[in-house]
Parts: sequence; C-alpha cells; structure tokens
Amino acid sequence: MNENISREVRAMHDMSGHAAAVHHAPTSFIRKHVFSLDHKVIGKQYYGLALAAVIIGMVLSWLMRIHLAWTNAAIPGLHLMSTSGAPGDVMTPEFYLQLMTMHATIMVFFVLTTAPFAAFGNYFLPIQVGAEDMPFPHFNMMSFWVTFVGFLVLMASFFVSEGPTLGGWTQYAPLSALGSAGGPGEGMGVVLWAASIAIFCVGQLLGSLNFITTTLDMRTRGMSLWRLPLSAWSWFITSCMGLTAFAVLMPACILLILDHVAGTSFFVPSNVVINDQLQPHSGGSTLLWQHLFWFFGHPEVYIAIVPGMGIVSHVLITNMRKPMLSHRVLVYSMGALAVLSYMVYGHHMFLSGMNPVSSLVFSFPTLVITIPSTMVVLIWLGSLYGAKIRINTASLFALGFISMFISGGVSGFFLAQPSIDIMLHATYFVVGHFHMVMGVAAMFGIFAGTYFWFPKMYGRMMNETLGKAHFWLSFVGTYAIFMPFHYLGLAGNVRRYQAFVVEYMQPLIPVHRFITIAALFTGAAQLIFLYNLIYSRFKGEPAKDNPWQATSLEWSTPTTPPPHNNFGDKLPVVYHDPYQYGVQGSAGDYIMQTSPEKVTTPDEA
Amino acid sequence: MARFFAVTIFVIAILSAIPIVRHTWWMAPDISTHGGPIDEQMVDTMWEAGISFLASQILLAWFIWRFSGDRPGEKTKNFPGGAKTVVWAAFLLVGTEVLALGVFGVKAWANVYFTPPAANAMPVQVQAGQFAFYFRYPGPDGTFGALHPEMISESNENFFGLDTANDADAKDDIVTAEMAIPVNREIHLLMHSKDVGHSFFVPELRVQQDFVPGLDLSVHFTATKIGRYEIVCTQLCGLGHYNMKAYLSVMSQQDYDGWLKKQAALQ
Repeated sequence: MNENISREVRAMHDMSGHAAAVHHAPTSFIRKHVFSLDHKVIGKQYYGLALAAVIIGMVLSWLMRIHLAWTNAAIPGLHLMSTSGAPGDVMTPEFYLQLMTMHATIMVFFVLTTAPFAAFGNYFLPIQVGAEDMPFPHFNMMSFWVTFVGFLVLMASFFVSEGPTLGGWTQYAPLSALGSAGGPGEGMGVVLWAASIAIFCVGQLLGSLNFITTTLDMRTRGMSLWRLPLSAWSWFITSCMGLTAFAVLMPACILLILDHVAGTSFFVPSNVVINDQLQPHSGGSTLLWQHLFWFFGHPEVYIAIVPGMGIVSHVLITNMRKPMLSHRVLVYSMGALAVLSYMVYGHHMFLSGMNPVSSLVFSFPTLVITIPSTMVVLIWLGSLYGAKIRINTASLFALGFISMFISGGVSGFFLAQPSIDIMLHATYFVVGHFHMVMGVAAMFGIFAGTYFWFPKMYGRMMNETLGKAHFWLSFVGTYAIFMPFHYLGLAGNVRRYQAFVVEYMQPLIPVHRFITIAALFTGAAQLIFLYNLIYSRFKGEPAKDNPWQATSLEWSTPTTPPPHNNFGDKLPVVYHDPYQYGVQGSAGDYIMQTSPEKVTTPDEA
Repeated sequence: MARFFAVTIFVIAILSAIPIVRHTWWMAPDISTHGGPIDEQMVDTMWEAGISFLASQILLAWFIWRFSGDRPGEKTKNFPGGAKTVVWAAFLLVGTEVLALGVFGVKAWANVYFTPPAANAMPVQVQAGQFAFYFRYPGPDGTFGALHPEMISESNENFFGLDTANDADAKDDIVTAEMAIPVNREIHLLMHSKDVGHSFFVPELRVQQDFVPGLDLSVHFTATKIGRYEIVCTQLCGLGHYNMKAYLSVMSQQDYDGWLKKQAALQ
C-alpha cells in the first residue's frame, strides 16, 4: 500500500516535471486482456485486428484475381459468401466490384493505417520515449475499441441483403450518394461503409491525441526530441497527419450518410436520371466529394508509409551497426513529406473536370514531393555504404522495403504529370504504383517490425529459417505480381473492370493469368508467416532482453516482455543519442541510450 | 545470403526493364494531332524514371553485396562527402530533372486544355449514362435541340430527352450509339452525364476526360488515321462499368457524309 502511494506521489512530481499517467497493474482477466488501459495490450490488440483484416483482405484479393483470370469460372463455395453475388459459384459483375471495394477499404484502413501506426506505435512509442504509458489511457483504450466497432460495422455490410457497396474505396459521388438507385449495395452498403469509416476516424483521432502528447510531454529525463529514435519520430509525424486528415474525412462521411437518410443533396446535382426516373436531388456538387476525400486521401497514403520508413530506419540502423548518414535529414524529410502531402491531393483529380489550371498547380508540389522521398532513399543507400550489414529476416524485409519503395516511387514520376495522366489515369499503372509503394512496402515494414520486436513483445525469437523463406517468397512474389501491372497500364488496361470484354484488352488476358498465379503463390507463402507467428509465440526460442544488441529504450526494460509500467520502479534516464553504434561500448560495438558510460570511438580507446 | 539478395535485386531490376525497353506492352500508336508532346513526355519520363530505377536498385544491390557481414578488423565508415552530398544530389539531380519534366509537360497539357477549339470545329455531343454512350449530331440546322432530362426514356429510345414534337432544333438532331467522325477534321466533343460519373477514353486518340454530373464539359481533338477504335469508360459507374463502351469510326469525309445521311434516315 505504502509502495503504491509513494510511487503515485513520485510519479505526480516526476523528474521531468510533467504529470505522468499512472494506472495500477490490472488483476482481472477482462482488465488485463480485453478492456486494458495498458498501451502494450492495446498495441497487441491493434496488431490482432490488423492480422484478421489482412487475412480477409488477402482472401478477397485472391477471389478477385481468380475472377479476372478466368471470368466465367465457378469458384467452389463462393455461393456461401453470397447467393445473389455468386449464383452457381460464378461471380457476378457487381459482386466483383463489391469484393474489390471491401478489399481496398479493409487494407487501407484496417491494415495499413492500423498495423504500422496503431499497433507498433501504441506498443513502442511510450517505451521509446521513456514513459510508463500514454497520458490518456482511457482514450487510448477507447481508440482501439472504437476502431474495432468500425471494423464490425464494415463487415456487417457483407450480411445485408444487397451486400456491400460497389463504388470503390474512393466512393465517388453521385454513385455513392444516390442510394439503391445507383446499383446493388449502393443503399445500405454505402451507409454502413460511411458509418464504419466515420467511426474509424474517431478511433484514430483519439489515438493521435495520445501519440502527440506522449511525444511532446512524456519524454523521460535526458530524452530530448533529437534523441528520439526514428521510429518514434515517424509515429509522431504520422499522428499529426492523422489528426488533420481524419478530421476532414469524418464530416465527409457524415454528409454522405445525410444524402442517403436525410434527403440532402450535398453531392448530387439536379437532373440525374436513373431508370428513366429523375432523382429527387438538386444543388449538390460531385466534385466536392472528391476534394474532401482526397484532401484526406493523400495524407492517408503517407500515414500508411511514414511509420514504415521509421520502423525500417530503426531496424536497419541496428543491423548496419552504424547510425544513418544524417538523423536530422531523415526527420526533416519525413516532416516535409507530411506537410507537402496536403498540397498534392489534386493529382488524383487531374482529369476530374476541375479547372485544368488547378491540375498544373497540383502537379508542381507533386513533383516537388519527390525530393524528400528521394532524400530518404538516398540517405538509406548512403548509410549502407561502409556498414556491417547483418542479414536476418528483419533486415531483409527492411532492405526489401527500400527496393519496393524505389520501384513504386519512380512510377510516381509519370502520374505526377497531368499530360501523361491522360494516358495512365484509371489504368493498371496507377494500381501497380500504389500497391508497390504503399501496399507491399508498408507490409514489408510491418514484417520488419514484427520480426524485430517480437522478441521484446513475447520474450521469444521467431524462427529464422521460416522467416527467411517467408521473405524470399514474398519479395520475388510481390515483384512478379505488381511489376506487370505497369505494363498493363501502359497498354491501356483500364482498372476496376470485372472482366476484359473490350477488344484491345484481349491480348492482355494472359498477363492477368500470370499475375493471378503469382498472387496465389505469394498468398500461400504468407501462411509460413502465420505459422511462425503462432508457433513462436508459444514454442519460440527464449529471447534475451536485448537480442539485437540495440541501443534504444525498449531494449533496456527490466524484463522481457516489459513489466506493466515498462521500466519498473524507476523511469530511465537518457544519456545518449539513439544510435550509438560502431563505438567502444562495454557490451560491444554499441552504447545503449540509458548507459551512463561515455562514448569513445575505437580510435580513442 | 547477402550476395544472393544482391544478385536477386539486380536480376529483378533488369527483368523489369526489359519489357519497357522492348515496348512489349506499350501505348497504341497515336492517331491525334495533339498526342506528339504527350508521347514525348512519356518517353522523356521513361528515360528519367528508368535510369533512376536502375541506378538506385543497382546501388542497393552493390552496397548489400559489398557491405554485409561483420568484416572483423574493419571499422564502419561513412559515405564520402557524408550527408551533404546526398542532400545536394537529391535537390539537384532529382529536383531539377523532375521540375524540368513538369515545366516541359505544361506544353502538352496546354495543347489539350488551354487552346480553344477552332471556330469551324465540328460539334458532336456525347452523353454518358449507366452503361452506354450515346452521341448526337446537330443535323442540317447546325443547332442542338434543348435537353429535357425529365423526358429521357430508354424504352422509347429518347436517350437525350429531346422534345422532337415541339422543338424545331431537336427535330433534325441525329442520335446514334456509335460515334463517327471525318478524318483530319477538328471535333469539338461536348460531354455531359445523364446520371453518375463516367469517363471518355480513347487511347489511340490520346484523349481521356471524366464526365461530371452537373457540369457540361468539352474536349477537342483531330483524328489523323482512318480506322475503328474503342471508346471505354474509365470512371467506376456501377456493375456495367466494364462493358460500357462504344465504337469510334474515323472515316473519309465522303464515307462520313454517307454514314450521317444513313443515320438521319434511321431517326
């Protein structure tokens, strides 16, 4: 009892002078594992949600790919998903679009925003800054459960009579705003989609609140901003984007719902005729939806990738045994990406009918944003020079991220130019671009983080042989899937088609079959990861506290996994920059941030 | 394993570049008067992107090959010139190249969007609706009749909502499911949507433009090669999106005149 009081008192007047969040270690099962205030549990819950989501999202992509390659084929069992969508197990055109919409929505929101940011960020940001937890643990708990409810609402659209919405994750109006008149799934399906995303936004706003205040206010003594690891910076920068981007998407979704249920016409103009009926709307703006959506949508893709950049940098440094060529340039570059991301959104709208002058205006910041992206890649490459790269699964995925980001990034040179967009807009070139630069790269970042931090989270190592097999199949497989998308796009293969009946696209069908086979193989390879995850959780080789000989605060916790309050009785004191590698430390070629020993390079020893 | 990884990256980079270099899958040949600068931009960008892609992947592969493993006795060292070199490289190499592309690309865009149609451009109207394109020619009076959306009736084949009974301008309008134009004649394509968002894309013509419900838009172009081309919808418009297409026939002036007469008789 006395011990608890003195810890509370101490915490209230802790050495940094800021109030600390203190919550006692829970005792009940519900408090420990379900409604937990502990950021570490919340991080794992987000990870579990993302894992479930990615499995569903990936299965949806397999169904899509099989249908594209063999359009009239019966896929055994498909009628169980939807009798109207797959009579006789053959996918209808609308069902393809519905699966496609759900694939994208699940992946972008519940995987790419959730895993690199909410999962790893929740778990490791407080530890990396040296705090016991985030400052608003109740908001934090709410953020996960709200996100989870959002996921359930989205999944519910599979079970309504017309099925999910078919309008793509971009839900362009007026198709999305007209209700059932627009097509199957456009009534309840859209309402559920918009409600789910609005709920998701609330969850993210609560999370961003915590991330920002943790970074600014909860750093332990000696942890200046510049001593934060790059992963911490990436989560901080991402949470700033999240606050402003999701704050615009949420009202947009609410307006969309109002067009459905309240008779408003925010996004529907007059004179819309469907089935010979004039629709009861007037005064709305089709383009308004696009502006609102993409103002969110472009920062969103950086929200998806910046944490990956931070994680990959963090993992690489440990495995290079030297810091990055410039820590500050990486931070400034990630910050520049975040700021510029708000100025480029119109590049999704070059041909949308907005003023063509606007298209040029948006294309310039889009080209300029290449500069910080390139800087990040060149710093990574330049840092590899002279390194002592350790090859393990985590570092392989981190290096693979660089390769993927380069490949996905250079196709951006084309899409940034309105004149070239005339030929590439709405083709598979765009689909290839964003899958590589955002989808695969972010997944590799998630994998790098998983293999790297699993020992700290669970006290066990993941199996390296299985990990490497997972890496090789994924690296080669994802290139085999997505590189051909660019060729298809150049040849004019339009996207979001459930089948290729257009004459000029017939010669491209064999390419689609190749892609489908690659996709199925690569998908199967992910089972290795799933098996490794589950097996290692229970039977993995026990891990030491600092198996990677790393320097940042998460590796200095008194136990592995960390105790409830992360650091035990005393908050750590930080003496060093985050990446003292290649120096003469008592433990080896590194000095931990919490170590009071002075830094000497081998020369000075 | 590091060396194997380096080789894999190198091989993937080369294999990826081959179909581009060989134009295995490429844009259809240009049949427009404005497409030249667009194609030039594409080729210039392909050079720049291609060189950046190959150089960075090869550098990545080389550094993985050269700098993996503990190499006991060797210290870690920094890239000569340090971060400064890298920052300057990013600004100068990429910044100027990429911005140059943007500046040069303005001309290709301006050709399409900042030049008004010629005074004698031939007007053709296209209406996009779930899931078909319909076209309208103004007929001998050269004037399009007014549109009455409330009169649209698919079953009566009154696709545009024309009041042919009372509107003299509408009486001689020619409505078709196929678009035909004379070769080497500038066309002023007037676009509107009956319902949701659609898009008009003819790759050979180097034209793609979204329809925006509530907005009347237009593009103009001149086709230089006789032939039959496909117009496809590229803006997701519902379940029939994949099948929403029409044919564009570019004909000699004589053949076009004959075609138009035939269509007029079918009204």
